[in-house]
Amino acid sequence: MKLSETKRFWISFVLSLPLLIQMLAMPFHWMMPGYNWVAFVTTTLIMLVAALPYWSSAWAAAKHHDANMNTLVAIGTTVAYFYSVFALFTGRSVYFESAAFIAVFVTLGDAMEERVHQNAEGAISKLLQLQAKSAVVKRDGQWVTVPLNDVQVGDEVRVKPGEKVPVDGTVISGKSAVDESMVTGESMPVEKAAGDAVVGSTINQTGTFVFQATKVGSQTMLAQIVEMVKKAQTSRAPIQDFTNVVAHYFVPVVMIIALATFAIWYALLGATFIQSLLFAVSVIVIACPCALGLATPTALMVGTERSAKMGVLIKDGQTLQAVSSLTTVVFDKTGTITTGHPQVTDVVGNDQQRVLMVAASLENLSEHPLAKAVDDRAQQDDLTLSAVDDFAVVEGQGVSGVIDGHQVAVGSERLVDGWQLDDELAQQAVALRKAAKTVVYVGENKRIIGLLAIQDVSRPEAAATMAALHQRGLTTVMITGDNEEVAKQIARQVGIDLVIAGVLPNQKAEQVKLLQQQGAKVAFVGDGINDAPALSTAEVGIAMGGGTDIAIEAGGIVLVKNDLRGVVNALSLAKTTFRRIKLNLFWALIYNLIGIPIAAGLFVGLGLQLTPEIAALAMAFSSVSVVTSSLLLNWVHIDRVNLNQPATAAKNVV
Amino acid sequence: MGTTQIIAVVVTAILAGVIGWWFLGKHEEAAELATGSDNQQSATVVVKGGYSPSTIVLKKGVPAKLNFDMQDSTACLSHVVFDRLGVNEDLTKRDVTTIDIPTDKTGTIDFACGMNMFHGKVVVK
Repeated sequence: MKLSETKRFWISFVLSLPLLIQMLAMPFHWMMPGYNWVAFVTTTLIMLVAALPYWSSAWAAAKHHDANMNTLVAIGTTVAYFYSVFALFTGRSVYFESAAFIAVFVTLGDAMEERVHQNAEGAISKLLQLQAKSAVVKRDGQWVTVPLNDVQVGDEVRVKPGEKVPVDGTVISGKSAVDESMVTGESMPVEKAAGDAVVGSTINQTGTFVFQATKVGSQTMLAQIVEMVKKAQTSRAPIQDFTNVVAHYFVPVVMIIALATFAIWYALLGATFIQSLLFAVSVIVIACPCALGLATPTALMVGTERSAKMGVLIKDGQTLQAVSSLTTVVFDKTGTITTGHPQVTDVVGNDQQRVLMVAASLENLSEHPLAKAVDDRAQQDDLTLSAVDDFAVVEGQGVSGVIDGHQVAVGSERLVDGWQLDDELAQQAVALRKAAKTVVYVGENKRIIGLLAIQDVSRPEAAATMAALHQRGLTTVMITGDNEEVAKQIARQVGIDLVIAGVLPNQKAEQVKLLQQQGAKVAFVGDGINDAPALSTAEVGIAMGGGTDIAIEAGGIVLVKNDLRGVVNALSLAKTTFRRIKLNLFWALIYNLIGIPIAAGLFVGLGLQLTPEIAALAMAFSSVSVVTSSLLLNWVHIDRVNLNQPATAAKNVV
Repeated sequence: MGTTQIIAVVVTAILAGVIGWWFLGKHEEAAELATGSDNQQSATVVVKGGYSPSTIVLKKGVPAKLNFDMQDSTACLSHVVFDRLGVNEDLTKRDVTTIDIPTDKTGTIDFACGMNMFHGKVVVK
């Protein structure tokens, strides 16, 4: 018959009640009639239910030259039980309650562990149950409801308000606000319109929209997150190598200490045989390294899960440990410090609306990367565009054409060379360039009517993020392929300490290596394919949400949400979790270091002494306290970065 | 010191020596080769007070299954963890739990119990 640890505990607990009653009644000089025989029967049953598994496991291990915590439990219970049986039949005092309570408390510890395992596994798998059960897809022009598993990549899927988005995809039509908190940890609903990505299992709130499925089944973001967290939970932190060594040497050494305890008390200090034996048994029982074994895995489990809930995926224990020794955080500029989408920051000219209209009408037909910035701005301002005749692209310079019979051009200074340019506009162009902006000239009928300044602007949360990192004593570095002037401008704006400009995309990893050679422990934050080598070279690679799959694969930490402040959260969470692991290990160790001498009777002179049953209770308690300490990670306060935190002055923009 | 005391000291000293030699001394354990054909190989690990055999040798390139035969009923060995594979299996759910081991690369894949106190390894050659 297979009993769960929890059942084992309850059965032996109930069986131990008569022993408990007698123990409590002892001070009142009340003796249970036939107590010795009652104790013999109940303890024998308890041994069969709770201790026998330890005996057989310890014996099997011993045959492999292996001693472990089961060995200690087995020896403790065996000695106490068989001595008591011997004592019972030879008319001496019995110590059945020692054997019984050791077994009861040890199974209590095991039952707790079983519970923690079940909870942790359950919690992460529950995420998958958040998925919708079915989806409404278009088949042969008809909307039909199909089971979730039948949704294919490329299907058009319709989602009504209040429904869950069944799989990952891109919105084709319709508008809505979607609650993505289960994936990003962000409680504010996110606006979605055509072209925006939606994630499976998020909840549609206000409108109906249709999207095209891009990822289904185990490829969806949610499935990937669950997979990643599961892997992280089974991973090991390097600090655990230490418990490895402990497990191998600790137990045999404890057995020898117990023997020495017995010999010294019995032969040198004149204790009776049974007193000496009880000291030895206490040593063995209290030394059980259960808490030591639980210290790291339980904290890792709780920590990675809490992080996942906040939109921070920590891939393994090694990353977690590396975070605690970081000195430097290196950011890729484009797409990380900046939004990666250039924007029109200034429109200059007497008739600004006309300037923008002319530029947008022309750029609307162009495919230049900067053209999108102009388009976006025109859309934002709700401008009506004019039809363009004779549209022409002047390679590397700009575009030209005719609007309502007027000759117009938009582009670089070279394109409009010789056109009439006011002094005022010329000065403004110089000023804008100094501010590291790209200047676009807008001309009409051989005269410059205005300027547009375009810049890849920094993310709104960048300054606050840098300030928060500085507060934590970290140096911030920005790596970019841009020229130095542009890079420094951004660095000053958001408060970055060091700029490494003019770096080719494939040299980013080398730059990280250079920093490491100077003694820095580096975290690299990036999102692009070309960031992958740097992400894996750095001690900790942090891949930004919305990044490419390759970047996510290479990163040790993945931020689900496309928000720089996640970097600070990630570092805080990893640090907090690792600190908890160290705290757990410290307590588990201290516990044994203090517990063993007390159990050995070193402090008997001070009136401090442990009976085997109290030692067992203390041992179970240490496991419980380590598990509790790990569970408390769920409620530890994590500082969030305030968006309005002012940028701190950079140390030295060089 | 009486005779019984002297006997007790001698006996405990001998016991300590035996424990030291048995558990701390060097003892080689044989590795076990997986059995199977060219397109499938498998090995069985008995879980009782540890893993036996604790080293399993697999052939490279042949899909492999590792059967964990659970015979231990203490909590310590209830889970087997292959941290590099991201596998964390509860062995108490059924008598024999089968785990697929990738054999596309040579090398050593370690496994351990949930608390990292019992160890074994798979060697792909």
